[in-house]
Amino acid sequence: MVLVLVAVCGTCVVLARDPLRQAVMASVYGLVLGILFFVFQAPDVALSQTVVGAVALPLMILLALAKVRFDEEERRR
Amino acid sequence: MKPATRRSLFLVAGGVLFAALIWGFAGLPDFGDFNGAYGQFLNGASTPERATTDVITAVNFDYRGFDTLGEEFILFAAVIGVTSLLRTLRGEREGAPDDDAPGRRVPETSLAVRITGLLLVGPTVLVGIYIVAHGHQTPGGGFQGGVILATGLLLTYLSADYLTMRRVGPTALIELAEGLGTAGFVLIALGGLVFAGVFFENFLPIGTAGRLLTAGTIPLGNVAVGLAVTGGFAFMLSEFLQQTLTKRRREVR
Repeated sequence: MVLVLVAVCGTCVVLARDPLRQAVMASVYGLVLGILFFVFQAPDVALSQTVVGAVALPLMILLALAKVRFDEEERRR
Repeated sequence: MKPATRRSLFLVAGGVLFAALIWGFAGLPDFGDFNGAYGQFLNGASTPERATTDVITAVNFDYRGFDTLGEEFILFAAVIGVTSLLRTLRGEREGAPDDDAPGRRVPETSLAVRITGLLLVGPTVLVGIYIVAHGHQTPGGGFQGGVILATGLLLTYLSADYLTMRRVGPTALIELAEGLGTAGFVLIALGGLVFAGVFFENFLPIGTAGRLLTAGTIPLGNVAVGLAVTGGFAFMLSEFLQQTLTKRRREVR
């Protein structure tokens, strides 16, 4: 069940074309992957995966996107 | 390259990769059928020897502490790399953050985000501290707890603004945590060399398993790594936020 969910989320991340949606989807994917590790009795890895994959990584992507958009707006003005 | 050539090249390469993956997966041992001598040995030895109930932390901070030291320096180097990439370049002028600028055009954060964020700050910090402090007994440890603590700082940004975040976690404090944590972990390792003759030897009394203060140097190592990771992640986040929010322009000559 969780394995199928991981596969579906991973495919969604690849198929999302808009980087913003992709970042949010990557966050969901990180969370689901954390649940998978937990189900497979690796709670230590699950914790790391959840905090890094679901929070830290998408956050860095979002901040980078925000910076790029801001620069584009500046240039247009 | 023509699209047709590219497609056929991809099909060949993808087919080979797929076949290799199937071949590799078929050779894996069954789930739960692990048969490594080292793992079996540590499963039996770590609780009586080190009074920990979490074998993984015992491996990370004691038996293979040297590897964790390497990882710690990877994080340290990454933070330094991010900092030097995001520094203010020569010829760039740093303007006030948008939050601060007169006639600010930053859209107000919605009340729902503010209140949720504010309510979450306390519990997040508490969970982070719990995970660091109980690293040698329950799953988790310095790294996981440290990232959670850094997330707590981020929540203050979400529920208030950038300037409040800087006031709660000033750069000097964050840098101090990062440096103290990294140096502390090295000092614990050196303590093993001084007091027990071996680098990373557990030189403190072990205690009885199940109590909070057991496992010798392992909880100390967790605290040190927790500090370093909190500092590192918080530093990277605030650098990124600064880069995003402040106006940097090339000076016109």
